[in-house]
Amino acid sequence: MSNVFIVFQDNDDSRPIIEAILADNAQAQATYPTGLVKIDAPGSLVVRRETIEELIGRPFDLQQIHVNLVTISGHIDEDDDQLSLKWNN
Amino acid sequence: MDTPVLKKKLGLKERYAAMTRGLHWDTTYQPMDKVFPYDKYEGIKIHDWDKWEDPFRLTMDAYWKYQGEKEKKLYAVIDAFAQNNGQLGVTDARYINALKVFLTGVTPLEYNAHRLFAHVGRQFTGTGARVACQMQSIDELRHYQTETHALSHYNKYFNGMHSPKHMNDRVWYLSVPKSYFEDACTSGPFEFLTAVSFSFEYLLTNLLFVPFMSGAAHNGDMSTVTFGFSAQSDESRHMTLGIECLKFMLEQDPDNVPIVQGWIDKWFWRGYRLLSIVAMMQDYMLPKRVMSWREGWEMYIEQNGESLFRDLARYGIRKPKGWVQACEGKNHISHQTYAVFYSYGAAAAFHTWVPEEEEMAWLSEKYPETFEKYYLPRWNYWREQAKNGNRFYQKTLPMLCQTCQIPMIFTEPGDATKIAYRESDYQGDKYHFCSDHCKEIFDNEPEKYVQAWLPVHQIYQGNCFKPGVDPTKEGFDPLLAVFDYYNFKVGRDNLDFEGSEDQKNFAAWRGDSVQGAKK
Repeated sequence: MSNVFIVFQDNDDSRPIIEAILADNAQAQATYPTGLVKIDAPGSLVVRRETIEELIGRPFDLQQIHVNLVTISGHIDEDDDQLSLKWNN
Repeated sequence: MDTPVLKKKLGLKERYAAMTRGLHWDTTYQPMDKVFPYDKYEGIKIHDWDKWEDPFRLTMDAYWKYQGEKEKKLYAVIDAFAQNNGQLGVTDARYINALKVFLTGVTPLEYNAHRLFAHVGRQFTGTGARVACQMQSIDELRHYQTETHALSHYNKYFNGMHSPKHMNDRVWYLSVPKSYFEDACTSGPFEFLTAVSFSFEYLLTNLLFVPFMSGAAHNGDMSTVTFGFSAQSDESRHMTLGIECLKFMLEQDPDNVPIVQGWIDKWFWRGYRLLSIVAMMQDYMLPKRVMSWREGWEMYIEQNGESLFRDLARYGIRKPKGWVQACEGKNHISHQTYAVFYSYGAAAAFHTWVPEEEEMAWLSEKYPETFEKYYLPRWNYWREQAKNGNRFYQKTLPMLCQTCQIPMIFTEPGDATKIAYRESDYQGDKYHFCSDHCKEIFDNEPEKYVQAWLPVHQIYQGNCFKPGVDPTKEGFDPLLAVFDYYNFKVGRDNLDFEGSEDQKNFAAWRGDSVQGAKK
């Protein structure tokens, strides 16, 4: 199965997002190239607003991730509650 | 008047529909085809523009908000970097030469991309595509400006960074990136998006902005890594525009498939050739290395590209024609490209050098099948020559590929000891190419590529001297006249790093001896 990935700048804003992704995607793996956090997952990956909000204890607009997003692979779908990445193969 | 009761906010999908699709109307005074005349002549058939998807569903109001946040973060860092003399904190002054290549080779492309996206942002009939292109147009202008601002600090201290735009329009090696974009901008809008948004942004740009910017971080360049990642934070949107445009064309009509496949073949190869210079920066110009070109290629192109093209197979799309050869090239192109810049070191506005012992060891480790066999002996020879006072400089002009405009430096598939030459005849003239793929691109559109502005031809035709220069005057030195036209400061911007003003200044500023400045 193909991996999807999502990469963020490694900073304080990204930390709860990374934590949420790792909590919601059991097979996701994080690596730390200099300055970055890269999360790979087989087939698909989801970023859930609710999980992030629980971690930070305040409302979070998912589009906020654009500020620290570096790159992605896979097909994207985004709404108010989640952003998902997946390959159709 | 009473404040009206706020209605419940629209959800993301409704907001996107209202703020994007809702802004569109069909014209009535003039037929739509006359208002949007450019998105049909390429042969791409579109039946329903409403099927265009923007999965991020970013609306203009949210766009301004987040871009404003990015700018504030970035400029705080740029200011701090300047105030704290950040230029003294980089690993060593050789590193700055990678920034010179970036500023003269990449930054002007951002400006061209801004112009081109503004153009296609007007020309698509579908409003979803127009809005996405307009946002990208503003992004690209932002990248041009922030890169210029960030790097202008280095220009105060180091040579060769004084006229990037002037150089981009004239200098021989900069015609490679310039011609890529000019080729794209003289295509139709769908080919343009395939060239820039899909092939460049989606397939290849990770290699420039991800490992290279990690490299900048590793070399203590806070300013570059910050503008790099700030620019890259827009790239996810750009990549998405590329893949969505591609899927949209493929889903709209089966007749689009062969046209799109042809563009993928062409622009993958054009982009791959363009990235040779990034390969060289990655393997040779970062004093502290993070990842070899080959490792970056495997991670971002081979693995990721395999997933992508497996996915696109259901539309009848296969991997680009040059794929196998490009994957073979991962072991060679950085070495071949840097060797050319080393040997043409008098004719470039940045410094080159022979890699040091431990850097050669790193290259041997990262390229076990090729470095020691093909490239190390040449470095040892050049190092020996330099030690004896014969630093090698090429003094003749190279033959260029008519398509990619790179000198003929690349080797035959399967034989790294033999330079590849291809040629085509067209209307009584002979044209030369570096590879089968560049030849095929020419053969498909010869009427376009015969017009290429090839720097070497232009020099020989006398078109690269300043006005009023008299080549018949006694003692006329054509190369010096060309460098003057390029606005090179001979002896400061060019030649080996060893003995350069940059090297001496950096050592003096840091209080190192010249010897100690090079780690």
